[in-house]
Amino acid sequence: MSFSKFTILESKPVLMPAENIDTDQIIPARFLKTTTRKGFGENLFHDWMYSKNGEKNPEFILNKENGKGKILVAGRNFGCGSSREHAAWAIYDHGFRAVVSSFFADIFRNNALNNGLLPVQVSPEFLQKIFETGESSLVVNLPEKTIKISSTGDCEYFEINTYKQDCLINGYDDIDFLLSNKDAIEKFEQNR
Amino acid sequence: MQYQKLYKTMSKTIFDKIWDSHIVKQIPDGPSVLYIDRHYIHEVTSPQAFSGLEKRDVKVFRPSQTFATCDHNVPTINQHLPIKDESSRIPVEKLAENTKKHGITYFPLGHPSNGVVHIIGPELGITQVGMTIVCGDSHTSTHGAFGNIAFGIGTSEVEMVLATQSLLQTKPKKMLIQVNGRLNDSVCAKDIILHIISKLGTSSGTGFFIEFAGSAISSLSMEERMTICNMSIEMGARGGLIAPDEITFSYLKGRRYSPKGADWQKAVEKWKELKSDRDAEYDTKYQFKAEDVEPMITYGTNPGMGMAIDSIVPETNEYMGFTKGEKLTEKKIDYVFLGSCTNGRIEDFRAFANFVKGRKKADDVEVWLVPGSIMVENEIEKEGLGDVLRGAGFEIRQPGCSACLGMNDDKVPDKKYCISTSNRNFEGRQGPGARTLLAGPLVAAAAAIYGIVTDPRTIKQNIS
Repeated sequence: MSFSKFTILESKPVLMPAENIDTDQIIPARFLKTTTRKGFGENLFHDWMYSKNGEKNPEFILNKENGKGKILVAGRNFGCGSSREHAAWAIYDHGFRAVVSSFFADIFRNNALNNGLLPVQVSPEFLQKIFETGESSLVVNLPEKTIKISSTGDCEYFEINTYKQDCLINGYDDIDFLLSNKDAIEKFEQNR
Repeated sequence: MQYQKLYKTMSKTIFDKIWDSHIVKQIPDGPSVLYIDRHYIHEVTSPQAFSGLEKRDVKVFRPSQTFATCDHNVPTINQHLPIKDESSRIPVEKLAENTKKHGITYFPLGHPSNGVVHIIGPELGITQVGMTIVCGDSHTSTHGAFGNIAFGIGTSEVEMVLATQSLLQTKPKKMLIQVNGRLNDSVCAKDIILHIISKLGTSSGTGFFIEFAGSAISSLSMEERMTICNMSIEMGARGGLIAPDEITFSYLKGRRYSPKGADWQKAVEKWKELKSDRDAEYDTKYQFKAEDVEPMITYGTNPGMGMAIDSIVPETNEYMGFTKGEKLTEKKIDYVFLGSCTNGRIEDFRAFANFVKGRKKADDVEVWLVPGSIMVENEIEKEGLGDVLRGAGFEIRQPGCSACLGMNDDKVPDKKYCISTSNRNFEGRQGPGARTLLAGPLVAAAAAIYGIVTDPRTIKQNIS
């Protein structure tokens, strides 16, 4: 699936300092039954969004006024747990385009990258600074691989390999690349 | 010196050997194109991959290397009837449609080879040795028990494997976890892995692929090794593997998809070579003593929050309703779940049945005994375990993922306590508000009999 190109993103952050936010919290298993990629945003963080009687939980950040933005900032080990890509789809579908944390679970990171959702891994100190600075907007610059806190000017480099960086900037996905390598794959099979 | 240096760079771990032999192409400052030998699919993470293929007008590249089963959504009673819940039925029907259309082997509900994807793959000998194996399911790490690079992938990656039998992957770092010594009585493989995760934490493995080794590991059966590798993802690792040995080969011999005759001999000769070189290097190493492992239980909401069953809760956990300093033994239990890709195999049922033999199920506990596959279900009856279990007041359900993630009707209600042999105790994993205590089959059996958290060491056990 192709997705929109990613270059520079400036937005207010949505702050979720909790650590170890697992994919069952991002989207509970009972909402994985749809056979398309659409509509998962409605159930993003469902059991935190809604109280048990189905009413919106006013305490949860996404239900608050300061819960609007395109950059989700979360505590370490974000996205651990299941391999469900629905987690990345739900976050993207809700309107986020980048997730910032000091540590990402491997499968979630890949799933995010495959859907044009940029995982930005920052140092624990920088993450702390973002949480302390609060609502000041962040600027994620993919071509330069930097993230900046607008109000303070604090800036940090983040890592992403050149291949994935190109993919996101141009909106390419891995399948296009793999399909263009079918000859090499067939040759590999013959030579085993 | 020069020679030594050269020799050093040539030493490889088993992981390196398998990885290197599957590289189709290396992208400069990027990932590798990694060839995939086996691909398992199920109904939850595959439909969007097939629609992606259709949108691109691409056929499945190597349909004979993908195998399908339905497991996540399926009911565990009355499987002969159509699935009542439409939202569960549709993905299962889609899988039947997609596999038929693309010529992929599918083991539907009721088929003698149906079951939980990570149970049936090894059972049928589709999972062998030295392979790259993937599935849109994080517990694909299970197949590492046979000396494979096996890991979970997302749906976009499922689409990539269907389209090209390959994936773009960055080589993870390597971790060695050694467990040496002899296990104490009433301690099982699940306790080993829960012990390790409780010491290292749920993100200790992120970015790594683990090799489990040591005398306590190599003395385990294949089923026990699968339990260990299954939960390597709970440390955040992509996967975990164990070098193959005679135990591996004798498990695989004669299985439906295993090589036969001269091919078998040839395969075993090759598989025997597959081990880490003696001076191979790892990025991180850990050592554990088997004697330190006690029957484990989790008290919190991630699999790293585990402790010896007779310990005191080290921190208050509001969701679980536990207070720092309290003991969990004798805590009232509402549900018990034996099953899942972690502990849904025949040895787990043997351990459970042996414990409950001659005893009676506690009246006020709801117990779900869910075999991991039809083959396990049949074996339970063949060995007479069915009679033992029914005699003790239990019923045996039909195969599926069931209460591990509660996608079907097997949900634990709000605030109810469940001793579960599955792999995750995340908030709401077994149902909204459900409180999960992960443990092995013996602790589950003891809770099913006494209705409370019970240290199996305190109970006189039947001689098996």
